[in-house]
Amino acid sequence: MENGEYLCVLGPTGSGKTTLLRLIAGLLRPDEGAIYFDGKPVNRLEAHDRNAVYVPQQYALFPHLTVLQNVAFGPLARQKPEKEALDAAWKTLEMVRLSWRAKAYPNELSGGMQQRVALARGLASGADLLLLDEPLGALDARLRLDLRHKLRELVKQSGFTAIHVTHDRDEAMSVADRILVLRGGRIQDHGVPPRVYMRPSGIFVANLIGGANLLEGIVDKVTEEGSTARMRGGLMIRTPRAPLPTTEQPVILAIRKETVEISSRDIQRDNVLKGEVREIHFLGSFREYLIRLTNGDVIASRRFLEGMESEFKVGENVTAGFDCRDIIIFAYPRQGLRKELEIS
Amino acid sequence: MPKLDIVGVSKFYGNITAVDSASFHIEDKEYVCIIGPSGCGKSTLIKCIAGIISPDHGEILIDGEPVKQVPIEDRKIGYVFQDIALFPHMTVRDNLAYGLAVRSAGADHIGRVTNEMLDLINMRERSKSFPIELSGGAQQKVAVARAIATGSYLFLLDEPLGALDALVRAELRYELKQLAKDLGLTIIHVTHDQEEALSIADRVIIMKRGRIVEIGTPAEVYLSPKTLFTENFVGETNLLEGKVLEIDGGGCTVEVGPRTIKAIGPGREPDERVLVAIRPESVALKRASGNDGEEWRGKIRQVTFLGSLTRYLVETEEGIKLVAHATTTSEFDMGFHVEDKVGLVLEGKHMLLFSYPTEGLEKEIALE
Amino acid sequence: MQGTRHQIANAPTPIHRVLLFLERSSARADVRKIVYSAALVFFLLIVITPAIAGIVVQLLTLPTLTLSHDVFERMQNAVGWSFIIGLTVSSLDVLAGIPLAWLIVRRRGHLTTILDSLADIPFVIPTVALGFSILEFWGSPTGISQIFGASGLFSPGTLLIMLLHFAFSFPVIVRVMVGEFLNYRETYEVAARTLGASAFTAVRTVTLPILRPGVLAGFLLALARSLSETGATIVVAGTFESGTVFIKNARDAGLSAAVVIASLILIAVSLVVFAAIKIIAPRFRVAPLKVWPNLERKLSNRNVVGVRNAGSLLVFLVFVLLPCLFIAFPAVEAVLAGILGEALAGIGPWDRFWSSMFLSYVVALLATFVNIVFGLPIAIMIARNRFGGRTTRIVDTLVDLPIIVPSLALGVSLSFFWGNMGALPEFWVLVLAHTTITYSYFVRAMAASIQGIALELEEAARTLGATPLRVFRKITLPLTKYSLLSGAILVFTRSIDETGATSAVSRALKTAPVLLVDWIRGTVQVTPEERALGVGFLVLTSFLALVALRLVALRKPKGRS
Repeated sequence: MENGEYLCVLGPTGSGKTTLLRLIAGLLRPDEGAIYFDGKPVNRLEAHDRNAVYVPQQYALFPHLTVLQNVAFGPLARQKPEKEALDAAWKTLEMVRLSWRAKAYPNELSGGMQQRVALARGLASGADLLLLDEPLGALDARLRLDLRHKLRELVKQSGFTAIHVTHDRDEAMSVADRILVLRGGRIQDHGVPPRVYMRPSGIFVANLIGGANLLEGIVDKVTEEGSTARMRGGLMIRTPRAPLPTTEQPVILAIRKETVEISSRDIQRDNVLKGEVREIHFLGSFREYLIRLTNGDVIASRRFLEGMESEFKVGENVTAGFDCRDIIIFAYPRQGLRKELEIS
Repeated sequence: MPKLDIVGVSKFYGNITAVDSASFHIEDKEYVCIIGPSGCGKSTLIKCIAGIISPDHGEILIDGEPVKQVPIEDRKIGYVFQDIALFPHMTVRDNLAYGLAVRSAGADHIGRVTNEMLDLINMRERSKSFPIELSGGAQQKVAVARAIATGSYLFLLDEPLGALDALVRAELRYELKQLAKDLGLTIIHVTHDQEEALSIADRVIIMKRGRIVEIGTPAEVYLSPKTLFTENFVGETNLLEGKVLEIDGGGCTVEVGPRTIKAIGPGREPDERVLVAIRPESVALKRASGNDGEEWRGKIRQVTFLGSLTRYLVETEEGIKLVAHATTTSEFDMGFHVEDKVGLVLEGKHMLLFSYPTEGLEKEIALE
Repeated sequence: MQGTRHQIANAPTPIHRVLLFLERSSARADVRKIVYSAALVFFLLIVITPAIAGIVVQLLTLPTLTLSHDVFERMQNAVGWSFIIGLTVSSLDVLAGIPLAWLIVRRRGHLTTILDSLADIPFVIPTVALGFSILEFWGSPTGISQIFGASGLFSPGTLLIMLLHFAFSFPVIVRVMVGEFLNYRETYEVAARTLGASAFTAVRTVTLPILRPGVLAGFLLALARSLSETGATIVVAGTFESGTVFIKNARDAGLSAAVVIASLILIAVSLVVFAAIKIIAPRFRVAPLKVWPNLERKLSNRNVVGVRNAGSLLVFLVFVLLPCLFIAFPAVEAVLAGILGEALAGIGPWDRFWSSMFLSYVVALLATFVNIVFGLPIAIMIARNRFGGRTTRIVDTLVDLPIIVPSLALGVSLSFFWGNMGALPEFWVLVLAHTTITYSYFVRAMAASIQGIALELEEAARTLGATPLRVFRKITLPLTKYSLLSGAILVFTRSIDETGATSAVSRALKTAPVLLVDWIRGTVQVTPEERALGVGFLVLTSFLALVALRLVALRKPKGRS
């Protein structure tokens, strides 16, 4: 990580995100490998000497101390003079707009406020690295939407380097400078959000990060301009030149839902397929149409800004289309598709 | 066939009103979601329906029969808890069989129904496992099947997916909806996740501080909500303060800062203080053109990548901040960058008008 | 960290300097290891080894021991009866205690808060006093027998012992079960009811099975208490002999062989019974669910529940509370008879009495102090798994040893050990014995309390820069202050209470309860008034401890959720 970077670690429950944070914090010792802060190895350093603050998911606010005492705990623990510690605490409380509750106890505050106190405590600590374990996990969905930007702003404003762990891909994508995708204790992908979203490194990441359509097929023909894949039922799909161009190789085609166009008329796309609308999901700003193609495969298409009534009805025949450049080809996973997508 | 009627149900705890005169009707086989911020009373309300809590006022009628005097065990309502509540000392099979065993059903009947349930959730091979050996999603499926096994048709789900990962939630919610449809169940599903509600509910009930604020279909509450709270709660929105200048027909011209907007808004008075609501996806951005016209102009202050969308925070020349969503144009090029000059197109037909709340904006739309 | 010496030198006061130095030391892993090792060494050397070694020494002397035939039979009889009484009484306590604990937890209100405190009373009254009180209540013409016009409902013997043990083990069950019910997630029960189970069925098929480990733990504690108790049992036993009574009698009669063999058997069978219950019972598979819906519905009926509650209150009142409080009468009568002045002046037998009280207090204070200092690190070890899973499990099991082994038998072993060790004054052997016996209470109470604090709190504090000592001072200690104090009071009262080991260990020195046993049995001649007043003094001091406990409880720090 670079100094000042805001890194999100994205992964399902049990993928090792919390363990990773606790290793960096010094609460656990690695069995192998090393951790370096500013080029200096910290493996042997104890938690209290590392300058990396761990903020657990349930905030771990000290119930017997006031908000102010909680926030001042860090500087006091590092033996700063009391006046200096309290000053830092007040300043941070003002930053999170909670100085009016300085004398309250944690259990008198709402969830969102407690989260801010936990953050303030970390920011006031004088540490360099902030380790946030699902910082918004305990909050309502709508509140999360509002607070995640504020969270990032506060961290950046204070000049911290931060690792923010979450299982929510929307959250990760919207606040991260870079994303690290974790699964089963292994890093599956890492990079800036657009890159991880557009060019995921694997099927698991493609599914986790953006809801891609995953269709099974076999490479049929490979030419200079591109290839074709033979799908279920003999349906042919034109694909970009695969990175592993061997005919008869079983592959998975990943197509992002928003790149699938559907219409009641003909459309101009590299691939045009006929199908029937099976399900419609309304999700507020967009609708998702599940279309059963003639060969039995189901493909999903996202349409934005439609209005009260959906443009298509269930059972209606439509044309679905997408371009070659919106398809990513992956080798068919050895253990099968279902196992590959499993999160536990 | 369970129809549900809630009439004026209220519940108080000391001087705190947990539920305030809630009334609504639910049709047979309907899938209704109750959403609202923490503490809005949605859990208390369904606990009243289940009989776990007794309301202080009001009536609850199932199929027309009042049930206030009926104890929990006789109401024939399936209940799924947020913290799952599978009996830890019993296997999956015994958990599923519990509802039948306590009615002293015959061993054959129990065996048959239990197997049916195991097949329903695809967990035959795990029938001898204990809850602690299962993942969160699997546990919740067993909890749902356990309630279905008792033969109830009316179900209350209290944040059933709350304890699960985002990805699992997004998949499981459709499975729940499908299950309800296949078995012909009437469902009340409580959640704090508005996206969850919008995606599977036939109708949505929005609650705030114990009161029912609005009821409607997902499209209705998202695209044409009747209250400001609903507009803000069901999805991100821009709220612009303004004053009504002119009224013509079903719309009016609103003065927002130095500019004017034409918006839909029947029943407004001139000089009325209003809020113009416009969703981020309805704010269209284009490169700033030279000519000075009806266009709003501004600078991009912040760019956030959201996947299929990119979120732009724009500050207009007049200092108004707006959030706009645009489909991510192409790989790696997000279209606009910070400090770019852009023009904004605000379409009247996508805007809604609300009276400026007497208690102040922050208080009205507060989420906690 | 740089500048530590600088910080220490610039610290405002000497106390600050010391604290800073200690905190920095605690930051070093090797220093912490030393502290924990010292506590571990103390535990093994002072608590465990003497007990085990003493037992081993006795075993080695076994081949040389001979018993006459009837002494052997007496012994067999006595030990057997101890277990019969223990198991019966503990079962009855569980049956009677659970409904009362339920009432206290589920019906929160003013009455139940009072009930909560009342249920503690038998706990705090020294068992000798309890024995005397029960003797008077059930067995004398001035007790409950008055109502029936009899001269004494129960005479000293088996039944009276059972009534005594029932009373003093009752609060153990209630405390454990109240704790279990408070920690229990009611959601399980509600879930069962939404599935169609009546309240009674839900509790029977879901709640109690889930709480089984707690019930078992309570049962075992009650059993341990029953097997252990010596002083009060002697008071109410009359000519009957339970295991502990037999050993005491044998010791007084100089039948050392019988003492050794009996205590060994008592220890061995105790260990077997406890191991059996601890290992077998949890494995007991829940039989397939059998429910009688109609019957259980009726049992859930409001009236039935009312009858049940009234019944458990009645049992509590008649068999526990009144017998305990009865001691007040004779004591007050004695005061009215005008001997208070003499007593306080130390005239006659009172001289010995006050020196015994003084001894009791000194021993108790020392035992408490030593247990806090050396027990705290072990409690932390167990609660936070400091030294790895296996070590923790071993220590965890060993800590229970002094509870499982009946204190009289333990005392016998200890006197063997220290007796063979050479010239250790009786006083110190006494202190060590009390320390050993009360050790487990403190460690268990503290370990449970520390475990109750979310590990995350300590972890967050550590990453905020707090050294281990600082974490303990600023986070752990404030949040467990209540438990620390109540643990200390528990140890103190248990030590004051102690008769079994004391009788085994000391011949010359007598603590107050041991002396009182002599007074009550007539081994030392005193008037009935003097008897009553002496017991009254002992009870008074323990009552003050109970009051102190309640005051500490009321002063729980603000803001605790």
